[in-house]
Amino acid sequence: MTKLDVNGRVHQVDADPATPLLYVLRENLGLNAAKFGCGLGQCGACVVMADGEAVFSCLTPISVLEKRKIRTLEGLGSADKPGPLQRAFIEEQAAQCGYCIPGIMMRAQALLERNPGASETEIRAALQPHLCRCGTHMRILRAVARAGQLMRSKP
Amino acid sequence: MNRRDFLKSSGALIVSFSLPAFAQKLPGALERSPQLDAWIRIAADGRITVFTGKAELGQGIKTAILQIASEQLDVDMKAIELITADTALTPNEGYTAGSNSMKDSGTAILHATAQAREILLAEASKRLGVGAEQLTVQQGEVRAGDGRRIGYGALVEGKVLSVRAAPESKLSRSRNVMGKSVPRVDIPGKVTGGVAYVHDLRLPEMVHARVVRPPSYGAQLKSVDTESAAKLPGVIKIIRDGSFLAVVAAREWIAVQAMRALKARAVWDEPRKLPQDVYATLAKLPAQDTVIAGADAPPVSGAKVLEAAYTRPYQLHGAIGPSCAVARYENGALTIWSHGQGMYPLRGAVAELLAMPVERVRCIHMEGAGCYGHNGADDVAGDAALIARAVPGKPVRVQWMREDEHAWEPYGPAMITKVRAALDASGKVSGWQYDVWSNTHSTRPGKAGDLAAGGHVAKPFPPSPPRPLPLPDGGGDRNAIPLYRFPARVTHHFIPEMPLRVSALRGLGAYMNVFSIESFMDELAAAAKVDPVEFRLRHIDDPRSRDVIRLAAERFGWAGYQKKNGHGRGFAFARYKNHAGYAAIAMEVQVERETAEVRVLRVVAAVDSGEAVNPDGIKNQVEGGILQSISWTSFEAATFNDTRITSRDWSSYPILRFSHAPQSLEVHVIDRPGEPFLGTGEASQGPTAGALANALAHATGVRVRELPFNRARLKRAFAA
Repeated sequence: MTKLDVNGRVHQVDADPATPLLYVLRENLGLNAAKFGCGLGQCGACVVMADGEAVFSCLTPISVLEKRKIRTLEGLGSADKPGPLQRAFIEEQAAQCGYCIPGIMMRAQALLERNPGASETEIRAALQPHLCRCGTHMRILRAVARAGQLMRSKP
Repeated sequence: MNRRDFLKSSGALIVSFSLPAFAQKLPGALERSPQLDAWIRIAADGRITVFTGKAELGQGIKTAILQIASEQLDVDMKAIELITADTALTPNEGYTAGSNSMKDSGTAILHATAQAREILLAEASKRLGVGAEQLTVQQGEVRAGDGRRIGYGALVEGKVLSVRAAPESKLSRSRNVMGKSVPRVDIPGKVTGGVAYVHDLRLPEMVHARVVRPPSYGAQLKSVDTESAAKLPGVIKIIRDGSFLAVVAAREWIAVQAMRALKARAVWDEPRKLPQDVYATLAKLPAQDTVIAGADAPPVSGAKVLEAAYTRPYQLHGAIGPSCAVARYENGALTIWSHGQGMYPLRGAVAELLAMPVERVRCIHMEGAGCYGHNGADDVAGDAALIARAVPGKPVRVQWMREDEHAWEPYGPAMITKVRAALDASGKVSGWQYDVWSNTHSTRPGKAGDLAAGGHVAKPFPPSPPRPLPLPDGGGDRNAIPLYRFPARVTHHFIPEMPLRVSALRGLGAYMNVFSIESFMDELAAAAKVDPVEFRLRHIDDPRSRDVIRLAAERFGWAGYQKKNGHGRGFAFARYKNHAGYAAIAMEVQVERETAEVRVLRVVAAVDSGEAVNPDGIKNQVEGGILQSISWTSFEAATFNDTRITSRDWSSYPILRFSHAPQSLEVHVIDRPGEPFLGTGEASQGPTAGALANALAHATGVRVRELPFNRARLKRAFAA
């Protein structure tokens, strides 16, 4: 059994400790947001946060995550009560197929928690590990900047 | 539940009728599925269900269709349930492809819902004893001037409305919902972790499978030691059928590990037959030549004659999510949840693969990662079907690995074009000869042999014979006929033999043909010493074409452009398929010669897709098309040795990242209310490639005619 703190809830997970976090999130915990994209850390579709940092969940075994707080897109809000980053992506209509978006959003969340005033250059640099095949880049950049404003305007 | 049960269970009704042979053509896809109740159903309690045979691919079609139905029926979008491609419930609309969803399904639903409204009005008029012209519809009710009102549900209750689609409809002219940038209905779920994709489908007792794909095309599995994989805890079954090898496990990660264990112990016979010089190989293969325009055009001659040749490599769809399907085989019936583009054609292929009657197979569309054409979606559905039959009663989820998708998806075909044209003394094009060489642009199933697994099983199925796609849409020759006003002779050299697996990639031949034509138009403009935008306008009369060209140029500030060192601007235009959406693109790039680094600074696009149902949806599609085309044009070419595909991940097949997204991108939509829907998704890729080539030439003085413009190629070109 591996103890995992995901979105503020502690789960006892019955899985091989070498299992990448992604499979545990999707299968054991029934969370949809983190996606399998490449299994190689090249596309970012699987990115979640661990202790405030963006990590590739497809590469990170659960054994190294026991003492860390994991956050996924589900932890940022819901369709009924979207968090600031989710609101910003809806307001900017920043998705086409949307498959890459959860990973991008978690990377953006990690950036904005560190630096809510991130400039466009900083946002681009932060999102460099992520691929979007639909070409939604311009909207994603706007949505992240807008989320930064929403976060700054809220104490 | 089949369609009939579904209709019965909800006490519905607008109805069926037998189909008489009418001469007049029905609008959009009504022609193929003429019953109104194939498209719209109103239940006794007033619930409205709209059916489309098209699928949401991330292009926003659900939202646009709901807008249309909402406007015509005057009910809130939220009050309408929309059911997309499902062989048990929806009309057969073939494939969701070719930017045809609005033209086919959008048009059908526009007319079906308008006609349903008129039927409801007529029915209310009878019941209320008031002329229909004195009645209005509002929020799902018919209202009379004296305050009496009847809900839509009550109007259909207990009655059989025998309705056949008419060729003409009284369309509602109100524009409360259509024409508005309504937020997409699927985005909230996608940004909050809802069940958004077939990848997220979890059925009770579901198991996971992985396929050990052959290492190369035509590889035969000689032997495999299954012992170590079989020993992994949770492995349920190993399936081998000829060279089709798969493993089923209780857990997904176990399935992945078992697949790797099998892969390590599989011995294959691999043919060494991939071409080393693609273009030389293609040029030598037998071709079927068809003159598609200007058979009697005079030979090219004039004051100045120019010629050029262009090449395009094999390019990937490159979905970010590898293909996935869920299948369940139970009591001789098979259900598949798939993100393929054609549920009915897939059903036929899978039924053949499993030797099942087609009626026993149901295919239900669920979204996947964006596909941009025929990728691994159908193949993985075939895999899931074969595997599900081996574990009856258990739903099986199969997802491809990254290397499966990269190596096995059918690519956009490599192509060659050659053009020769003459300018007369006044600087106008006086003759044009254009040749395009290409494989087919569709190997979609179809047939079992069109599925990857169909070629791997012990008794393999033959693939469908490759065929050129007919004009006016065309395949390799899509957009090969220039839109400009000059005599042009155009020949399509269709090459049946396919050295690599190929099929439909967004835009088909239009990407390469528009890139070639628009590059060459700039070469001609330069030779004529005329501004490229002015040169195009001198050769085109069509007012809507001129409108997008002028608008893009004006918003870009073309006339007042001041060239800076290392910077350049480029322009290009096309009307997709020569009869669909219009797009003109102006672009500015900055080029660093030493590093061969190209940055796209600014892109301005003008598009006309007919009536704009959702202007922001159109912008989103066009922005995406531009970014994707910048990626194709700048970076993308599949690589391979004589045996294997070597583009197996994102490092061996790089695509655009955030660093290469433009600094600014504007899309201007020209709305044409009342005009037919023309479609949008594939209008911008060709013009983007042309504009980029022209901007690069303007910045550096070097004309590059081989795609992609990667650094290695540009360094060689700059050094030459």
